[in-house]
Amino acid sequence: MDGLATLLREYDVLAAFWMTVQLTAWGAVGALVVGTVVAVARVSPVGVLQRFGAWFVTLVRNTPLTLIVALCSLGIANTLKVQLAPADSPTFIVDNGFRWGVVALAVYHAAFVAEAIRSGINTVPAGQAEAARSIGLGFAATLRHVVLPQAFRGAIAPLGNTLIALTKNTTVVATVGVAEAAYLMRNMIEFNPSLLYAIFALLATGFVVLTLPMGLLFTWLSNRLGVHR
Amino acid sequence: MSAASVLFDAPGPRARARHRVIAAAGVLALLGLLAFVVVRLADPANNQLTAEKWLPFLTPTAWTAYLLPGLGGTLLAAALSVLLSIVFGLLLGVGRLAPQRWLRWACGAFVEFFRSVPVLMMMLFAYYAGLFALRISGPLLPLFGVVVGLTVYNSCVLAELVRSGVNGLPAGQRESGLAIGLTPFQTLTEILLPQAITAMLPSMLSQLVVILKDSALGSMIAYLELLRSGTNLAVAFANLIPTLIVLAVIYIVLNSLLTRLAAAVEQRLRRGPRAIVTQSVTAGFVPGPAAEPDVPETIMPRPDDRPGRRREPRRPRG
Repeated sequence: MDGLATLLREYDVLAAFWMTVQLTAWGAVGALVVGTVVAVARVSPVGVLQRFGAWFVTLVRNTPLTLIVALCSLGIANTLKVQLAPADSPTFIVDNGFRWGVVALAVYHAAFVAEAIRSGINTVPAGQAEAARSIGLGFAATLRHVVLPQAFRGAIAPLGNTLIALTKNTTVVATVGVAEAAYLMRNMIEFNPSLLYAIFALLATGFVVLTLPMGLLFTWLSNRLGVHR
Repeated sequence: MSAASVLFDAPGPRARARHRVIAAAGVLALLGLLAFVVVRLADPANNQLTAEKWLPFLTPTAWTAYLLPGLGGTLLAAALSVLLSIVFGLLLGVGRLAPQRWLRWACGAFVEFFRSVPVLMMMLFAYYAGLFALRISGPLLPLFGVVVGLTVYNSCVLAELVRSGVNGLPAGQRESGLAIGLTPFQTLTEILLPQAITAMLPSMLSQLVVILKDSALGSMIAYLELLRSGTNLAVAFANLIPTLIVLAVIYIVLNSLLTRLAAAVEQRLRRGPRAIVTQSVTAGFVPGPAAEPDVPETIMPRPDDRPGRRREPRRPRG
């Protein structure tokens, strides 16, 4: 207990978890947008787009997130000097690392979001799309007004699982020095090795606190919003 | 919806023409993106496409000194973690189905807790715990950290797979096992688990891909796996971006082979004569118990609440 008090006094645990939350939120928005586009491409009538979507999913899903983060941050940002923050800003290093971290998280999880949405599309009965087509809607209108709204509701559970995985995966950007929870954990252990167990208990509990309500919320949402057939 | 093709009509001549335009636009956009990347890589101030950055991969040193040992490290950590995860996953899964409430509860709490903790944190914890508490030293320490971190997390995932696999079996399997006089434990090990494991096999194989990918996190605790040895190579030859691209190709090939294997196994199981796969068990992210309220929590029969069916303590006769 004494150890926990010391840790909480000496380190800004909340700030680290706030960074985790921010990475999660922006990464989730990015992944949802990119993933939806990829999912639509995969079910579109244009064969080339279908193949592009499939390639994206295969390539990204089979690459470790650590490697994608390294490619974005060490490769594109540091070696190629493609910056996502104004170079003269005082918070340049922090901002640039954070934004490239978000890009890596979004791209990686977009593949899983795309698969979730595609599985959601598969839960929509064929009659729905056939009815939409029979009243004269084209592909885009069928998707927008009939299929996708139901598909999203059917995909809530896998999307929720992806969000939980994304929350945990934000720790990977610690490998390139974004000051979130895992980065803080390493610092804490380096300076207070005697408090190892308290440190792990504290930060692990932080993640349980973040992800457990998410799981409950998404289970509730999928029961509540899912289309019951 | 079985086939995506119900989303649109069979294209007529005009639609086909339109699709060709869209396809051409898509190809052009992709080529444009690739061209942009190439131009950016070939930027004269910082050229990544020069021969000396790529030729190292054709020399034997790059492979014998860096990439192959790294690949060996990745495969060793993954293989150890897979074996240990299967053992502990089965134990935890059986524990979650046990008739004893305390055991069920303890295993459930363990699984739920460690499924919510990032693998990287467990690796860091195992690394430092090995260093300070177990006094492991030398090259064994990073391996210990990686394997413990991966094993703890993936045993929990496999335990969930075991549980949902057993719960996905038809209730008659359990009932008939109990009816012929097997104990609940025998029913589980002789009847339910063999079927559940067969049903789980494809998901277990795709969990292999997850383990292989997550082993790359070991680079954070200085375990010499593929990513780490690759970055060492990049330092030696000053070719970070080409190295990362080559690494990505190696990972993608390896994981695609595993994915293909999983798909083949699944097909075989589906087609097999003794197809008992009634419900596919999804890997990695399994809905919690709240999502499936109607499955039995344990393999014990539920108490029968109907009047007259309750077992009353027998009264001693007269």
